[in-house]
Amino acid sequence: MYKTALSLAIATVLAACSSTDAKKDVPVTDLSSNTQKPVPTQASNTTGITSPNVGGNPLVDPNNILFKRSVYFDFDSNAVKDEFRPVVQAHSKFMTSDKRDAKIRIEGNCDERGSREYNLALGQRRAEAVKKVMTVLGVQDGRIETVSFGEEKPASAGHDESAWQQNRRADIKYPGE
Amino acid sequence: MTRYLFPFLAALVLASSARAQLTIDITTAGGRQIPVAVMPLAGEDTQPQAISPVVGADLARTGLFRLVNTVGISPLPTEPSEVNFADWTGRTAEALVIGKVDKLPDGRVEVRFRLFDVAKQSQLASYSYVVQPAQLRATAHRIADVIYERLTGDKGVFSTKVTYVVKRGTRYELQVSDADGFNAQTVLASNEPIISPAWSPDGSRLAYVSFDQKKPIVVVQNLAQGTTKIVAGFRGNNSAPAWSPDGNQLAVALSKDGLTQIYRVSPAGGEAQRLTDSSGIDTQPAFSPDGQWIAFTSDRGGTPQVYRMPAAGGPATRLTFEGSYNVGPRYSPDGKSIAFVQRDASRYRIALLELATGQVTVVTDGTLDDSPTFAPNGKMILYEAQTGGRGQLAAVSTDGRVRQRLASAAGDVRDPAWGPMPTN
Repeated sequence: MYKTALSLAIATVLAACSSTDAKKDVPVTDLSSNTQKPVPTQASNTTGITSPNVGGNPLVDPNNILFKRSVYFDFDSNAVKDEFRPVVQAHSKFMTSDKRDAKIRIEGNCDERGSREYNLALGQRRAEAVKKVMTVLGVQDGRIETVSFGEEKPASAGHDESAWQQNRRADIKYPGE
Repeated sequence: MTRYLFPFLAALVLASSARAQLTIDITTAGGRQIPVAVMPLAGEDTQPQAISPVVGADLARTGLFRLVNTVGISPLPTEPSEVNFADWTGRTAEALVIGKVDKLPDGRVEVRFRLFDVAKQSQLASYSYVVQPAQLRATAHRIADVIYERLTGDKGVFSTKVTYVVKRGTRYELQVSDADGFNAQTVLASNEPIISPAWSPDGSRLAYVSFDQKKPIVVVQNLAQGTTKIVAGFRGNNSAPAWSPDGNQLAVALSKDGLTQIYRVSPAGGEAQRLTDSSGIDTQPAFSPDGQWIAFTSDRGGTPQVYRMPAAGGPATRLTFEGSYNVGPRYSPDGKSIAFVQRDASRYRIALLELATGQVTVVTDGTLDDSPTFAPNGKMILYEAQTGGRGQLAAVSTDGRVRQRLASAAGDVRDPAWGPMPTN
């Protein structure tokens, strides 16, 4: 019985290793494609937030910056890096112009290293950091709830830096998402 | 100042059974083991559950005993007058267990056992239990508790329960089993994570963190009735439940006012009373056994460290100083030490802080160890040992001598909590 458990564990490790080929050193913002390098957000469309595509909902239009929801963080850090400011700015603008009634949730996440409960609090601090940027940009405090999944909901199931990098993030979620 | 306890290890794998959810692999690091002979109890082979194999496995699992071969002793002695002590001195046994099992006319079973000191040829204990056949396994644990206490001076924990979370794919199950991994029962199943289970002091309820509402909330579940109550479902995060020793309150970590801080709530729900007010993260509260203190994790000083404050809130004192990551404190049952998770280089291990001296001893050797929980006799620490992204349970004696790895074929096992002593 013990041997069975051990071989299962080894199989799990192998499967986990082979499933992650995301590029190192680059925060992967588009999880649907491993071949495409993330487009620098500065070059994205920050003004066309009412794109006519996809039923007019910019949140589900892959060509719209509002399609991007994730802010990625360095290890042990809750600083919102400059490369993700355009995404946060676009959502702040959307919240203060088009979606004046919407309440959103920002979900913080961590990589698997460290203590589970402390990671839950760290993820919450990441969500708070994104919220702070949005409130500075005019979104009312009461419209944003920050929560955390800690290390419980990794975007990547791997156990190396390329996976961890995708898991240290905060996601902006609109109602019904 | 930090000591490490990783001596030479000798391994022993106990026989497993199809009914055990966890297979227990033990390593012991020298030290004296008490040689004890556990004779088959006369008549136990006619019962649905034999007593002596369970007693023997309980004792061996502690690493403190060596089971002496009992093959070839015939007939089975059941009374003191039938014991030939020369048999046992020849087999180097220091203690001997004999007994018998009788069916009663009403369907119940009477179990008698006797414990002897072989050198002194004297009886150390003699007990009789009248139970239903379904309680034979529990009776064996009670017998092992008596033997353990008589031979070591410490209370046995073989009749206690443990809880832990099993993750299978995307499914999470909160399970409760006997301390030996048998009789696992799923008390809650969800497709959302379940973390941080905590036993009420009387063992009747579990507090845990549920993500069923797409965010962490603290729930208390009555185990006998299966009823649940949300005790902290405030805006933001609700997590890290810890019971006060009297069971009348819970310390929890809430983010309703911004960053995570520690609050007090009633197990019946209601308002939360704030206990900490720092500019950092305060979480992972744990009450001292006397109810006077709450130990917790705080990064108010720049790095996460273990602090302690009065249970009603008030000035906090920092308790850990070595390293940049010391989190998740848990008091020992005697209140004299605190187990916590320490990061050293990139490894996360369980360490023990002796409060009187400040001495810190690292007691595990994994790479991602978490969630230490003391056995109610204070002799072992059960914890989660993650390797390759897969959690397993492991245990180490507080002196570092004995290690157990509890393997499960079930999946990813995490977040253990050792239950209290049963109330008889």
